[in-house]
Amino acid sequence: MSEEQIRSLENQFEARIARDEKIEPKDWMPEKYRKTHIRQMSQHAHSEVVGMLPEGNWITRAPSLRRKVALLAKVQDEAGHGLYLYSACETLGISRDELYDQLHSGKAKYSSIFNYPTVTWADMGAIGWLVDGAAIINQVPLCNTSYGPYARAMIRVCKEESFHQRQGYEIMIKLANGTPEQKELAQDALNRWWWPSLMMLGPTDAESIHTEQSMKWKLKRKSNDDLRQQFIDQTVPQAELIGLTIPDPDLKWNEEKGCYDFGEINWDEFWQVVKGHGPCNKERMKARVGAWEEGEWVRDAAMAHAEKKQERKQKQAV
Amino acid sequence: MKQYLYIMSNKKNWPLWEIFVRSKNGLEHRHFGSLHAADAEMALENARDVYTRRNEGVSIWVVESKNITASNPENNGEMFEPAHDKVYRHPTFYDLPDEVKHM
Ligand SMILES: [Fe+2]
Ligand SMILES: [Fe+2]
Repeated sequence: MSEEQIRSLENQFEARIARDEKIEPKDWMPEKYRKTHIRQMSQHAHSEVVGMLPEGNWITRAPSLRRKVALLAKVQDEAGHGLYLYSACETLGISRDELYDQLHSGKAKYSSIFNYPTVTWADMGAIGWLVDGAAIINQVPLCNTSYGPYARAMIRVCKEESFHQRQGYEIMIKLANGTPEQKELAQDALNRWWWPSLMMLGPTDAESIHTEQSMKWKLKRKSNDDLRQQFIDQTVPQAELIGLTIPDPDLKWNEEKGCYDFGEINWDEFWQVVKGHGPCNKERMKARVGAWEEGEWVRDAAMAHAEKKQERKQKQAV
Repeated sequence: MKQYLYIMSNKKNWPLWEIFVRSKNGLEHRHFGSLHAADAEMALENARDVYTRRNEGVSIWVVESKNITASNPENNGEMFEPAHDKVYRHPTFYDLPDEVKHM
């Protein structure tokens, strides 16, 4: 194809997206569209999968059966989210093996928030409430993204997320209304998860590199700073309602703007964690790689068993 | 991950399956997504766990992805355009007197 032909195809392609048409796997697409989508969708899938680790840590120690079934169901949902997204990613011509390889070799990123430790039961409350809360804010606009398989996966994911946030907030309510020690646990969890949750919505607009192109392709519909503001405005009243204090002395309602002003985010910490120096980066990768390698014999055995069954069936047919 | 050595298995990877779910009797099976499984039985079990955790289905079909033949959007012209100018296939093409209310 000549350069001119490609440019004309690209223009038609951008026009389709501008008209709100969906792009499907076998449609022609610019190489950059394919690559950007593989990167964002796989990063998203990896986050769902690595995200199971901090919460999986507490399943066996949940304080009641009610909490245990809920947490188990939530973690199982996250595995499902990972699967929806990996298979959506595979429609762009990359194999599951390559995707895992990118995660395990450290080439691909996942959300930094999962590199923080879960040290008390209250962290299960804070994660559901804040981390899933921030995830929902990120994900809802993606239900309308231009790539069909991604949009469909996000619709399914969003339907399942609201239970995650509610079960987390319910844990926080219970603790906040409990003994002084329990309330202290809840406050401590909020103190530790608040700032990382704000960082989860991404670098400030001034430092965000991909935004303009991503807006065009509807991979992003609102800027990181807008999403962050939305998250803060929705979460602060929820904290007040249960008598917890947001750990930000500069947080103040701005009557004029109709939203909260908030303190400076420690972006050095954010970039440190992104670069692999968070409290649990090594532990998370070790757990993932370990699960993959130790599961190899199971995958191979299942395949061998399937082949044997197939052969037996063919022999009987003869 | 400096120490991590990726050892590719020489065994075959689990193939990809397309999953179709009937959400309730009276409705058709609809494509829900895809997943990897060693064989059809495992694909059914995995599909149950991945796509019907909240009663989203009463029946599941699994088809190995390689067995699906798909039309190519590049040929959409030859494929679908012939239907564009066949307006006479639609009821509104036919002129009827106003007195005939429902037909
Ligand atoms: Fe999720
Ligand atoms: Fe979630």
